Amino acid sequence: MNEYSIEFKNLVKTFGNSTILNNLSFGIHKNKITTILGFSGAGKTTLMKHILGLTMPTSGDVIVLGTAINKLDEMSLREFRRNFGMVFQYAALFDFLTSFENVAFPLREFTKMNEEEIKDKVLKLLDSVGISREAAYRLPSELSGGMRKRVGLARGLALDPHIMLYDEPTSGLDPITTHMVYDLMRDTQLANVKNGFTSVIISHDIHATLKYSDYIVFMEKGTVVEHLDVESFKKSANPVIRRFLEL
Amino acid sequence: MKAMVEKQIEQLGNTVMQMLQGLGDFTNFTFKTIFWTFKPPYRFKLLFEQIYFIGNKSVFIIFLTSSFTGAVFAYQIYVGMKVINADSFIGPLVTIALAKELAPVLSGLVVAGRCGAAMAAQIGTMKVTEQIDALEVMGINSYQYLAVPRILGATISLPLLSAIFLMIGYGGSWLIGTKLLQIDEVIFTSKVSDFMELGMVAEGIIKATVFGYLIGIIGTYHGFMVQGGAEGVGKGTNMAVVWGMITVLVVDFFLTSFLTKIL
Ligand SMILES: Nc1ncnc2c1ncn2[C@@H]1O[C@H](COP(=O)(O)OP(=O)(O)OP(=O)(O)O)[C@@H](O)[C@H]1O
Ligand SMILES: [Mg+2]
Repeated sequence: MNEYSIEFKNLVKTFGNSTILNNLSFGIHKNKITTILGFSGAGKTTLMKHILGLTMPTSGDVIVLGTAINKLDEMSLREFRRNFGMVFQYAALFDFLTSFENVAFPLREFTKMNEEEIKDKVLKLLDSVGISREAAYRLPSELSGGMRKRVGLARGLALDPHIMLYDEPTSGLDPITTHMVYDLMRDTQLANVKNGFTSVIISHDIHATLKYSDYIVFMEKGTVVEHLDVESFKKSANPVIRRFLEL
Repeated sequence: MKAMVEKQIEQLGNTVMQMLQGLGDFTNFTFKTIFWTFKPPYRFKLLFEQIYFIGNKSVFIIFLTSSFTGAVFAYQIYVGMKVINADSFIGPLVTIALAKELAPVLSGLVVAGRCGAAMAAQIGTMKVTEQIDALEVMGINSYQYLAVPRILGATISLPLLSAIFLMIGYGGSWLIGTKLLQIDEVIFTSKVSDFMELGMVAEGIIKATVFGYLIGIIGTYHGFMVQGGAEGVGKGTNMAVVWGMITVLVVDFFLTSFLTKIL
């Protein structure tokens, strides 16, 4: 079996005259947590959108779980996206639905579960991210940022995805909540690891990244500067990375 | 001097390009929403929610606008008609004006202001907070989920609101005409039924349906086009209202000349 769950092959993305992703070729390991680091504007979010097929390559291929995602037609792509769970920077909970309904949403849309089963599953998911019964029936606007993020995580996990993607899951959170979210991401990874589960995190938090990740991809101006396991990354001699590490 | 002229020409060029770009985006959006309207799954629950929402948000103000419009209009016409002793024609005059013009246009302006704005604000907020991306990631088409129910909701609701406008406006003019201005009740109603034709009511209903569709598509379009944060949402909302109202007024002109020919 392939050791990668996601592979980029000569991936190029240009917007107008500017090249945002410049001929990337690398793989993201199955069963591992990989963090994408890099300065603002390096192309991290754009790269993640390619994994989801929300953005299509100008040239090159994006292979996810053995499927060239850029070659799927629109309907197959929508179907395929159910392999992913995504946690957005500000959780992106539907503001017209309670926490409970947010987590139930993908189940109602994509499974034939009955009300009873949905309730069981949703409450179990909310429990696992530490959301109380009382908070489950509140609207996102009545939750704190950290709680929203946790509900977002529960929603991302609802359909038992094979790949979890997190775009800056901890930016704007206090240090305690940041570590709680990281613990959750690691626990999620560990709980699912036998199924070939993969986590991809975009982060600016170098310390948490070193503590929790297995692999680190360092991007700069649309290219991958380093792609190493954490221990090697710590020893990297690359001056840009040294500067990042000394922050 | 030359540099300044060049700069102005450049600016003009940019404005024209932007407008063309906008027109292209709007056309593209229109076709996409039409495509997704006919593609299953059909989300009836969302549609009914929108119809309820639009009705709920507008019915009170429609009630207020229509009763006063009918009453004031009856009174104004009376002043003119009295001079030539034709005050018994108040009924048909007011009702025809309401049916063909006032009910659809004023309802359209009300709905453009209230619901067009709400559509742009709701969708725009979802856009800037990545909720639309979240939908797409789950494999749900955001046009189908957010735009289609709102567009259809407005298309269905506006003729209903316009019909309510017509009935209440008629009621207002009837009250003023018969109670205040002392026109005989039987004469008032019989004159109305003498002069009113089904085609006139149809004209109003067709207009209202077209306005509803256009308000829906303009409101949702400006929601999807929102960029940046809260400021962008404000701008989008504003654009939805302004363009919604302009469109109602301009399209009314062309529809009138077209419909009077065929009805
Ligand atoms: N749809 C788009 N059209 C044009 N340019 C874009 C688009 N999306 C992204 N870009 C550009 O691509 C570059 C990389 O953007 P991206 O969002 O991937 O950066 P990032 O690494 O995620 O940065 P940050 O850490 O600030 O989130 C930026 O210069 C951005 O302006
Ligand atoms: Mg980003």
